[in-house]
Amino acid sequence: MVATTVRKRRPAILTGEHFMLGDHACAEGALAAGCRFFAGYPITPATEVAERMAERLPEVGGLYIQMEDEIASIAAILGASWAGAKSMTSTSGPGFSLMMENLGLGIITETPTVIVNVQRAGPSTGLPTLVGQGDMMQARWGSHGPYEIIALVPWSAQECFDLTVRAFNLAEEFRTPVLVMTDAEVGHLTEKVVIPPADQIPIVNRKTPTEPPERYRVKSWDEELIPPMPKAGDGYRVFVESLTHDERGYPVMHWTAQERLVRRLIKKIQANRERILDWKERDIEGAEVVVLSYGISARVATRAIAQAQEKGIKVGSFRLITAWPFPVERVREIAGKIKGFVVPEINYGQMVLEVERAAAGQCRVLLVPCAGGRMHEPEAILEAIVAVAEGRPYDPFEAASAWLSAKPVKGRED
Amino acid sequence: MERLRVEEPAEIEIWEEFPEELDLEHPTEWALRGDRLPHIWCSGCGIGAAVNAFVAALKQAEIDITKLCVVSGIGCTGRVAGYMNCDSFHTTHGRAIPFAIGLHLANPDLKVVVFSGDGDIIAIGGNHFLHAARRNLDLTVICVNNFNYGMTGGQSGPTTHIGGRTTTTPYGNPEYAFNLPLLAAACGAVYVARWTILDLGRLRNSIAKALQKRGFSFVEIISPCPVNYGRRNQIGDALDELRYYKENTIHNPEAPLEECDLSLRGKIIVGAFVDREKPTFLDLYRQVVLSRWE
Ligand code: SF4
Repeated sequence: MVATTVRKRRPAILTGEHFMLGDHACAEGALAAGCRFFAGYPITPATEVAERMAERLPEVGGLYIQMEDEIASIAAILGASWAGAKSMTSTSGPGFSLMMENLGLGIITETPTVIVNVQRAGPSTGLPTLVGQGDMMQARWGSHGPYEIIALVPWSAQECFDLTVRAFNLAEEFRTPVLVMTDAEVGHLTEKVVIPPADQIPIVNRKTPTEPPERYRVKSWDEELIPPMPKAGDGYRVFVESLTHDERGYPVMHWTAQERLVRRLIKKIQANRERILDWKERDIEGAEVVVLSYGISARVATRAIAQAQEKGIKVGSFRLITAWPFPVERVREIAGKIKGFVVPEINYGQMVLEVERAAAGQCRVLLVPCAGGRMHEPEAILEAIVAVAEGRPYDPFEAASAWLSAKPVKGRED
Repeated sequence: MERLRVEEPAEIEIWEEFPEELDLEHPTEWALRGDRLPHIWCSGCGIGAAVNAFVAALKQAEIDITKLCVVSGIGCTGRVAGYMNCDSFHTTHGRAIPFAIGLHLANPDLKVVVFSGDGDIIAIGGNHFLHAARRNLDLTVICVNNFNYGMTGGQSGPTTHIGGRTTTTPYGNPEYAFNLPLLAAACGAVYVARWTILDLGRLRNSIAKALQKRGFSFVEIISPCPVNYGRRNQIGDALDELRYYKENTIHNPEAPLEECDLSLRGKIIVGAFVDREKPTFLDLYRQVVLSRWE
């Protein structure tokens, strides 16, 4: 047997001020929310989430298991959730792609769980250690079939903590997998994280049947949008079914059942949009340009906004905290009052499509793209802000090429 | 050594004993979701017999059905979970084992059984099978092997015999097949058995044993898929296939596993080949990890 140092247990909630890595803050947020089961697979830049969970779960009575791949990881956290545990996995692009099928399993079986995606630059292996935001649409549509999803986007280590807690609460309340879509920069930032005392962290637990198994009757979905979730082993003899099913979980191979089930899965999120939606806006009143962004890109944009304001341009900012659902109504309202949105994101146009849809032609919507591996230069964002303010044309591809030719391709071949 | 062990009425007494009263309860009724019957399986399919043996084994092993979780993947055998009147999970193709791992580790008081087909557990889910056995997780995996993908109309898979005809091997299968007991044993399973569905008594006893075993237990059930594999390989109907089992089954638990490959018209060596003890994943987790804390 190996070393025998006996350690003192730390509590699940590390109340206090910390200088903490974003990835670790995700792990601490999970523990604070009550997560006691983690199944994962190492992948840069998300590995530190798993490492922190491997270190911390045993001391708080939880269990960490490293699976053989990301498919197994997500399958295991869904199973653990049915055994009554709050569960989580973390990954990055390639692993996120592998998880897509079972994300759908989580959705159709209404299984609360949390998946943290520390985004890196893709496609494929891409730039494993470097930043990307290219999975935002995959988060929305990556699993096959129609569904709704909840995805939160932190921009700081503090929000890695706060939003992971919220992700668990939303997962439990709406009986659905929830995604935390962070990125390599935010995940690898070490900064101040304040963990509040336990009684100041709001915790939501899933609704379970109130009657004992012998008297428990499954209610019609017409009466109950989100059914209670019995736990395996409690005698309810649950039937958890990946096929299209009815209230009892029994498979029904008919379009009417499909329409009933899918419509309810969508409705349970849509009908609660107001409560789920979260964003931060600044200086929107009287603005002519609004920079709409999220994650690390929103943080870079603050510099561009300051530069533009110095030039006397009226710029506001709008930062998505829930990417999904997307705050369509508010964005549409703002679109009616401004000259245009500037949308920097580390991809070639994902959330910008949603902004265009919401703006519905009322104003210009300019993408400031970036293929990943780096954050935007604030000046690249500034350029787009000026283009909107002055009504000048702007071609995102040309703008990106200009930035590239200013910095010739370099780097080690390996 | 070569003994045919398919008759032996004592072993299958529960199927031959008829109570006096006419108001009979089917011996499997207590464990099935009666309102979901009839099932979807073809007549002559072996999966029903495998379920019968499983239910009888649950009784024999005195498993508390309210603590039982049956997890299936996708395929004809993948439908088993949905007929079981316990906590049942019909998951995605190949992923029954990792889903079951989550159930088991989040609540070790549950009795977690994976019941699925060869395509599901060994092809698409093969990786999970290897690693679950390696970790010696306390799971029972029951694999109905009918040598092809029944649900999708009879395609070849990693268990199809060399030369076997399927819709995707119209000229015969040019691939080697996995020898499942050898694979399970090599990966670390503590209990490994193979039976045909004709050998119901032994199959029941063996599943009961597997259920009581601590650690990763594996039971392969050779089973007819008359509408696909049987028909395309001139095995005949279900009864012909059972006759083939009767004439070609050799019960030899001592057989070296390397010699237990299956071939299209060859002998089927059956038995409980492995029955050993070693610490489970959770035993080691307690010993190695949890002992580090006060
Ligand atoms: S296709 Fe084959 S395996 Fe599937 S139910 Fe029919 S006989 Fe059984």
